[in-house]
Amino acid sequence: MFRKAKEFIIEKLIQVCGLASIFFVVVIFLFLLKEGLAVFKIVTPLNFLFGKSWYPISDPAQLGILPLICGSLLVTLGAAIISIPIGVACAIYIAEIAPSKTKEVLKAGVELLAAIPSVVLGFIGMVTLVPWVKNIFHLPTGLTALSGSIMLAFMAMPTIVSIAEDALYSVPKSYKEGAFALGATHWQTIHRVMLPAASSGILAAVMLGIGRVIGETMAVMMITGNAAVIPHSLLQPVRTLTATIAAEMGEAVVGSEHYFALFAIGIVLFIISFAINVTADLFLHRENR
Amino acid sequence: MYINKISAQNVNFYYGKTHALKNINLDIYKNQVTAIIGPSGCGKSTFIRLLNRMNELIPFTRLTGNIYLDEADIFDPTIDAVEIRRRVGMVFQKPNPFPKSIFDNIAYGLRVNGIRDKEYINEKVEKSLKRAVLWEEVKHRLHESALKLSGGQQQRLCIARCLAVETKVILFDEPCASLDPISTAKIEELIMELKKDYTIVIVTHNMQQAARVSDYAAFFLLGELVESGRTQDIFTAPKNKKTEAYITGRFG
Repeated sequence: MFRKAKEFIIEKLIQVCGLASIFFVVVIFLFLLKEGLAVFKIVTPLNFLFGKSWYPISDPAQLGILPLICGSLLVTLGAAIISIPIGVACAIYIAEIAPSKTKEVLKAGVELLAAIPSVVLGFIGMVTLVPWVKNIFHLPTGLTALSGSIMLAFMAMPTIVSIAEDALYSVPKSYKEGAFALGATHWQTIHRVMLPAASSGILAAVMLGIGRVIGETMAVMMITGNAAVIPHSLLQPVRTLTATIAAEMGEAVVGSEHYFALFAIGIVLFIISFAINVTADLFLHRENR
Repeated sequence: MYINKISAQNVNFYYGKTHALKNINLDIYKNQVTAIIGPSGCGKSTFIRLLNRMNELIPFTRLTGNIYLDEADIFDPTIDAVEIRRRVGMVFQKPNPFPKSIFDNIAYGLRVNGIRDKEYINEKVEKSLKRAVLWEEVKHRLHESALKLSGGQQQRLCIARCLAVETKVILFDEPCASLDPISTAKIEELIMELKKDYTIVIVTHNMQQAARVSDYAAFFLLGELVESGRTQDIFTAPKNKKTEAYITGRFG
């Protein structure tokens, strides 16, 4: 009898812990909705999403987040263009080509890269990359979308490399043997057999990497220049959704329209990240089937 | 006497410090089926994987001695392993079609050989499937995934894949180990039919299979080649006591 009760209590405890994570997500989302939706009393959703100017403390406040969305997308796109080819190539090298000792060192290195706090990366970017970008392109300032993209690429890389490497590693060895036995070269095997077989895992890796970039705040705030204007090239300063919240939340008066607008930005971010994660999950799921 | 296709001379092979093959000398004749028999772990698979240099995919191995294919040393450093594998095909224990369509599984081997001519590829795919006695079963669904085929069909597809690249030698590494008796019979029939044009080496655990399909047999035990010769002789009048014991089922 006592043993049964013990089993029951432990089981319930574990169940509560399991449900708690979902519960918190839901509560956070509800809180975001409650605080954020209030902004739509002042500005229509369409004007909020596609308004071209963000002047939250002028009178009347202009709450258009299109520049911020563009800023986030541009920086993310730049980071993706840099990190995807390098990340996937790195994964191929680790999974397929590197001798086992190099492999161990590289894997540890990639994990170390993931462990660097983003503020440190941002700081390093600020003192090394930013002046470099400024000098190379003869710009008035090196605080540009390009600098942000490069630093964020470093942050996306560990995610992309480790998940893509896993995907390549879990391709059945028999595929590789089959290709070799037909007289395929190593590259032909990787390119025509391994990569297609691992494609869903690699896509998931890319999506998760991008998810990380979109949500990143500290480094972009430090090195993208924070100008809330619609950018026309990678060489202009931009401001991202995340940086806006981080920079302005401290000075927004609780309950003001500015305050609500920042929460609404949070909702937009939440939806974007959620969509990316769901897509990544779909790809991973497809692989299992 | 038959023409010598492959000749292994004083072959020793090591996995790290493990001496897996000990001084193997074996001739494999053209257009004949040679069966490699012996208990698990005796080095059979290791041996046939040397014949198309698949052993090179495993790190920390070492080889001494020579293996000649048409009188040219296949381990000559100037010869590319890829070249050898295009001449010596292999069918594995577990059918391993690529996760592609039936058509692409066969076309893949042609494409990696640099063939782009679509007409030629179409023709070759059909021919190879016919030769592997699979055409009738799959001709209406060439563009479906090969993974939807049954195990026996997959194995015949893997054989067709080999035939398409025009290898001269086909190595079978326990090709029926994961198949049912009917599929096994089909593969055996196919092997006997293919020897007209190909030199065949088959590793098998199944004594009856070796007796049925092979012309020559070689008995391996603990990395050594105990006895080799005409299958008929080995099965009826083995010279070595260990061979006799194994064939009659007293161990292994």
